Amino acid sequence: MKKGIYLLLLLSISVHFLANAQDNAGLTLPNGFKANLFAENIGSARHIAISKNGVVFAKLNRADKQGRTIIRLADENKDGVSDKITGWANYGGTGIYLSGNALYASSNEAIFKYQLDASDEVVNPLSPITVVTGLINRRQHESKSITFDKANNIYVNIGAYSNACQDKDRTPGAQGMMPCPILDSAGGIWKFDASKENQTYGDGKRYATGLRNVVGLDWNPQANKLYVAQHGRDQLNTFFPSLYTDAQNAELPAETFYEINEGDNAGWPYVYYDNFQHKKIVSPEYGGDGKKEGASDIKNPAVAFPAHMAPMGVLFYTGNQFPEKYKNGAFITFHGSWNRAPLPQEGFFVAFVPFKNGKATGDWEIFANGFAGTMDGTKITSTRNAKARPCGLAQGPDGSIYVSDDTKGSIFKISYQK
Amino acid sequence: MGNRKIRYFIFGAVVMFLFNSIKTQAQNLENGKKIYETRCLVCHQADGGGVPNMNAPLDGSTNVVSSDIGRLVKIIKNGFNERVELDGLYYSNSMTPNPDFTPAQISDVLSFIRTSWSNKASKVTIAQVQVALKGNQKTKTK
Repeated sequence: MKKGIYLLLLLSISVHFLANAQDNAGLTLPNGFKANLFAENIGSARHIAISKNGVVFAKLNRADKQGRTIIRLADENKDGVSDKITGWANYGGTGIYLSGNALYASSNEAIFKYQLDASDEVVNPLSPITVVTGLINRRQHESKSITFDKANNIYVNIGAYSNACQDKDRTPGAQGMMPCPILDSAGGIWKFDASKENQTYGDGKRYATGLRNVVGLDWNPQANKLYVAQHGRDQLNTFFPSLYTDAQNAELPAETFYEINEGDNAGWPYVYYDNFQHKKIVSPEYGGDGKKEGASDIKNPAVAFPAHMAPMGVLFYTGNQFPEKYKNGAFITFHGSWNRAPLPQEGFFVAFVPFKNGKATGDWEIFANGFAGTMDGTKITSTRNAKARPCGLAQGPDGSIYVSDDTKGSIFKISYQK
Repeated sequence: MGNRKIRYFIFGAVVMFLFNSIKTQAQNLENGKKIYETRCLVCHQADGGGVPNMNAPLDGSTNVVSSDIGRLVKIIKNGFNERVELDGLYYSNSMTPNPDFTPAQISDVLSFIRTSWSNKASKVTIAQVQVALKGNQKTKTK
């Protein structure tokens, strides 16, 4: 009898664990993949970086309850869940990047450098080196995301502090300024030397322009090129109701992913990319009618995604854990939309973009879904109802990938089991 | 007899007045809802929840249910483009101005917003809107 009770207990415990393991932290993944929560409730976790020892660093948009904005998460007992969480810094921001034993983090105006010791502990938490300072932050599109090339150069996004460079921002009927004066100091990617200190605009170089707001960017090591994901403009229907319906605005313009060469121009604010006509269309603020095509020297996207989904993080996968098709391809986190209203919101997932010989094939697929917490099929009609919104992306030393959420601060770890 | 007639007349007028004012109020909220859906919902969302970090929430927002009606009226009319804290958070998007709104429309949409979702504040009269808009040209924000 007693034996029977023990057996029942054992059975129920194992069923419980099995159920948890198969729960995949609420995510839907391709066959063979599993997910678990590496961390929960750490705050507004934007981008993340992972050391070769597996320590995760997360940049918070706002200070947590202890006043910290860079969080260090270690998994000392190696069970896949962080067990030692510390932190420092007092400035909100998005960007974080590890290069050797240096950790770079950005506020919405500057980039700072910290030294890590052999055990990935920060050496100078209170006295970072200021690498870049004085970057424009005018509320809108203020994130300064960063990535590096192989020659220790930093690429930083400086978002346009405007929706469409109207003479009055987000105002019905306001015309686009010609030329758009924002582009001399924002609306593009700037390049700086990571080994120098206290640099500002004059020390760097505008590497690419015509990019309204890039939050996700990464260096493609196979092609040895920068790739960036742009947030397309909002409110075509709100400002030009005679040209665009609510339904058209929900699908236009495409969110775009570009391969960037030095000097490239992606066309903002003069054009946007229409993923149905497969054309760059003149913005209505600049005399467009939804059909008129823009200049031909403007960059075409490598991949175009549905409108308003807000790409937040890009990661070129170089690990060996995932199946072969993922190698050298790109993962992109999508934050989920708001400007599709009154239609239901979309996004809130991680996409995979296959690459062949360093070039995007043009296809994409949903890799991890369910972050919004509504896998029962109900749609999110108000963005705040999404339980988690994917933001940062990084690859662990074992080839797992980590996805951060900046609503409550979950970090999901996604792995593949053969 | 004449007295009684007058009394009936006054009684009738009062009933009509009450009926009409109830009807007007109902129309105000219905009209306010329509205005909200066509002009406000795209940013502030169907449930007034706003968009985290971008568009300010209206549901449960202390500013929205506050007694400073004048401020709300001006924000609706002129738009808003300042970095201010709202219940401990910041919102980055500029708000679109609505220069074409009449005092009646502003009264309708504000009444709807202040009494919808979890909000239980007072409705806003046309007279309150008119007071708030006096001298608005001078304080108009970009």
